[in-house]
Amino acid sequence: MPSDRQFEFSPVSASRPSRSSSRRPATAAQRAVVDHGFIPVRAKLIEVAAFLDRVERHAVADDFRCAALRSAAALLVDGKPERARRILESLSDPTTEPDHVTTGKAALGAWVMPADPVPVATAARSRGKK
Amino acid sequence: MRYIEPHGHMVSRTTDDYQAMVIAGCVAVCEPAFWAGFDRGSVEGFRDYYRQLTEYEPARAAKFLLPHFSWLCLNPKESEDLALARDVLALIPEFLDRPNVLGIGEIGLNRNTRNEMTVLERHVELAVQHDQLILVHTPHLEDKLKGTNLILDLLGSHRGVKPERVIIDHVEEHTIQRVLDRGFWAGITLYPDSKSSPPRAVDMLETCGRERIWLNSACDWGVSDPLAVPKTALEMRRRGHSADFVDAVLYRNPHRFLSQCPKFRVGDSSAG
Repeated sequence: MPSDRQFEFSPVSASRPSRSSSRRPATAAQRAVVDHGFIPVRAKLIEVAAFLDRVERHAVADDFRCAALRSAAALLVDGKPERARRILESLSDPTTEPDHVTTGKAALGAWVMPADPVPVATAARSRGKK
Repeated sequence: MRYIEPHGHMVSRTTDDYQAMVIAGCVAVCEPAFWAGFDRGSVEGFRDYYRQLTEYEPARAAKFLLPHFSWLCLNPKESEDLALARDVLALIPEFLDRPNVLGIGEIGLNRNTRNEMTVLERHVELAVQHDQLILVHTPHLEDKLKGTNLILDLLGSHRGVKPERVIIDHVEEHTIQRVLDRGFWAGITLYPDSKSSPPRAVDMLETCGRERIWLNSACDWGVSDPLAVPKTALEMRRRGHSADFVDAVLYRNPHRFLSQCPKFRVGDSSAG
């Protein structure tokens, strides 16, 4: 962590004491991480839940991207660190060789093994159900 | 507060954006060549674009007292036509001596194809031949990790490439450390829906350190925010980082990298 922090400024937590259970009182800057971050992230988590409900209701939950999202979401609660890095990796193409041809200009956000499996190290790109 | 916007596609933005950026503290903007949203049909289309980047856009920015610099290349999204790519690359040297041109970029990969690799290799060769700085775009979403690895291997295998003169842009949590470990600079792009958000960018600075990293908005014709960089300064201050920390990341870091090109003359690199 950088050593040049200044901890005097946290307008939200000045009137809202932290309910943190840690033994050492959190500094203002530490409290601000939660005070400023919680509500936006809470909203995003509910968006994820609503999206997963929605794709089930519209019978498209078996789309490979939805499946990838469910798998990635499981990493949120596995108790291990570096969740962002591991989720990004779980959504990534694991192959290592350049593809022979392009399948379009746009990426789709998740990767799926080709229907006719070949070794991951040389797998040609698959666009899933597209 | 002062900051440098090291990656903004200003030809797609309005004069209101220039005004807002200057009011927010922007002291220089750098514009890599990119994809127009459609494939250009001829070499002459690229010639016009390079004129726009080196003649018209600097003049437009100057009306707001903002120094404008540019990078030239053929974007990886247009790399599948190898014949056109060859002709466009042959055109680029005509523009390298223009006073606002900093180097070759943003080159790189989009869908990690063989043709894209071929054109990337030609760009790198062009940059080395002309002793240019290099700005590299890494792919989007599920293609980023593989593309970053391919790019790092390609750059690492070229004896003429000096890592300290290359910035690899659009890093995220799964690619930033491997870029820094190889000696390159890393760019964190702040987008509303993809790449990185201001909180995640500050997370990466806290975990990877602030050396050899710059932040940019990469604002263009898509969903993007030309003020994303100064907004990230607010996130830093909320977390208790000092004004000097903000200045180092938002101004001194990009200043240090870009000043390797003698044409980049903006203010000074000392603490503000």
